[in-house]
Amino acid sequence: MDEQNGFLRKISQTQLAKAIFRTGIPRNRRQRMMIMLNSVFLHLHPVRLPKHAVKVKYTWCMGGLSFFIFLVLTVTGILLMFYYRPTVEYAYGDIMDLKEQVPLGIMREIHRWGAHLMVITVWLHMFRVFMTGSYKPPREFNWAVGVVLLVLTMLMSFTGYLLPWDQLAIWAITVGSNMAGATPFAGTAGPGSSLLALGDVNFITASSDARFAMIGGRFIGEAALLRFYVLHCIGLPFIIMIFMIVHFWRVRKDGGISGPI
Amino acid sequence: MEAIKDFINLVSRPQIFFPVILAVFFFVFPPTERLLAINKKLGLYKLWTKRGGIILFSFLVIAFAFGLTDPHFTKIVTKPDNVPIIGLAFLVLFFVWYSMKQAWENDQRIASGLRPKEAEDAKEKILVWPDLVYIELIAIIGCTILLTVWAIILKAPLEEPANPTVSPNPSKAPWYFLGLQEMLVYFDPWIAGVLFPTVIIIGMMAIPYLDPNKKGCGYYTFRERKMAIAIFMFYWLVLWFSLITVGTFLRGPNWNFFGPFEYWDVHKLEALTNINLSDIIYMIWLKQQLPQNILLREMGGFLVLLFYFGCLPLVLAKSVFKSLYERLGVFRYSLFVIFLLMSIGLPIKMILRWVFNIKYIVAIPEFFFNI
Repeated sequence: MDEQNGFLRKISQTQLAKAIFRTGIPRNRRQRMMIMLNSVFLHLHPVRLPKHAVKVKYTWCMGGLSFFIFLVLTVTGILLMFYYRPTVEYAYGDIMDLKEQVPLGIMREIHRWGAHLMVITVWLHMFRVFMTGSYKPPREFNWAVGVVLLVLTMLMSFTGYLLPWDQLAIWAITVGSNMAGATPFAGTAGPGSSLLALGDVNFITASSDARFAMIGGRFIGEAALLRFYVLHCIGLPFIIMIFMIVHFWRVRKDGGISGPI
Repeated sequence: MEAIKDFINLVSRPQIFFPVILAVFFFVFPPTERLLAINKKLGLYKLWTKRGGIILFSFLVIAFAFGLTDPHFTKIVTKPDNVPIIGLAFLVLFFVWYSMKQAWENDQRIASGLRPKEAEDAKEKILVWPDLVYIELIAIIGCTILLTVWAIILKAPLEEPANPTVSPNPSKAPWYFLGLQEMLVYFDPWIAGVLFPTVIIIGMMAIPYLDPNKKGCGYYTFRERKMAIAIFMFYWLVLWFSLITVGTFLRGPNWNFFGPFEYWDVHKLEALTNINLSDIIYMIWLKQQLPQNILLREMGGFLVLLFYFGCLPLVLAKSVFKSLYERLGVFRYSLFVIFLLMSIGLPIKMILRWVFNIKYIVAIPEFFFNI
């Protein structure tokens, strides 16, 4: 293509293009640096990196892919929210409709398999960070933030598991939430809970223990579904976003991606 | 064919494979110089070469393909929610191999006086646009294609509508929590479901403060971080990943153990021969009734725990972990050793259960306090 009179070049000279893309087509070194600095999204990256840090061999791309899958899950999740009502009456039917009525619909599939994939990529990211010793000073704090993100990822997946309201969902969540009932002191089936009593009155009962707080009832029902829905769609994403911001910021502030000194 | 399947069913029983894994593991990932020497003598490090990788993965693929000839194995493996675990299995093993391969290559470079490969690369600085951005673009496209194809081929599962009165047998948690659910076999819920997850999270966050080794930051290496990597790999592969696999594929109705080619028979009878430590002490050794007093009854178990958490850290500080103790100081060493002993409690309990049929060390069901 003729560099001077090409179509792309002509477009890039228009006022509109100049207004949106400040730098223009990045052709020389200066423009390539400026494009990273001028875009709020690209500015997550540094402008220059040591060569080892961009190699897939070193990073496996797992951190970046985890973030990308998170975005995919957000988009597909928002689309699914249009069709789904979190009540015992409608939940299962809505999913059924989604399955039967929507031609070529694969949003639920992408959402579900994406969720599984994100758990895997987050684990592998953690594994890579460990194997390259990247948790060592000065990155100790960011490693801890990463651990929180890993736990939140699993909780996101766990809360989402209940929403289809089928047998698979409620029994998996029953198994999971029963463990909360065994919390020492705070669960009815946990050690020490019977000690928290005033005379004959127990403070910790099946209607006032940790499990009850988690599922909003004595068994998985209406309240649990709503709780998990709100946590899944608003609560946990809100928290995970905050931790992600800190995580990305600290990657840059703690000396950038790890590498041999 | 059937004979091979029966044999695999037999060796996959935890009584056999778990002790075998424990015996072999620290030769494959040697935490000390002495074990490393044995590893080299046996040539186990060759696993981390290209040829080792090819052999490892051909073996895996053949074993998997062989498994698929069995209708029962195929049925469990192709259950939609189990498919990611197959992916995980291959990915985890691949990346373990890949990181160890790079680690051994770097170790050889360091041994011959060179700097690690990453240091060579790091000398050159490159611009993120376009050198990193295009890699990200390719990764994103690849990931999108993978997800789309996966979503088209495999429908998301939707079972019968929720029915609180009919519980499926077995009831399983989502697969990433099956490691915890599998722990329920060996520990009560307050340990397996509450204490251990808490300890795992805090323990992982504490890693940077408990690893005093300054070397090995920012490049793959094994030799410079033998102990750290061996311990981590043990948790990652043996305690997390293999428990998930067992929980998903080898646990059938009533949470009984089934070999990979065994039919999940709801009526399979398992002899409940597990007994508590107090039973052994009083009824078998002393040949008398269990005492009425709870504390007296569980005295043996409490003494074991007291020795395990009270004396063992001191003994270790004076022997195996002497240099570590000096580098970490009292507080960090105590944290390290308590976390370590707690988590090693799991394989110990597994061995006690599978090989010696011991259920609880301390059993006070009156207060839901069983260890």
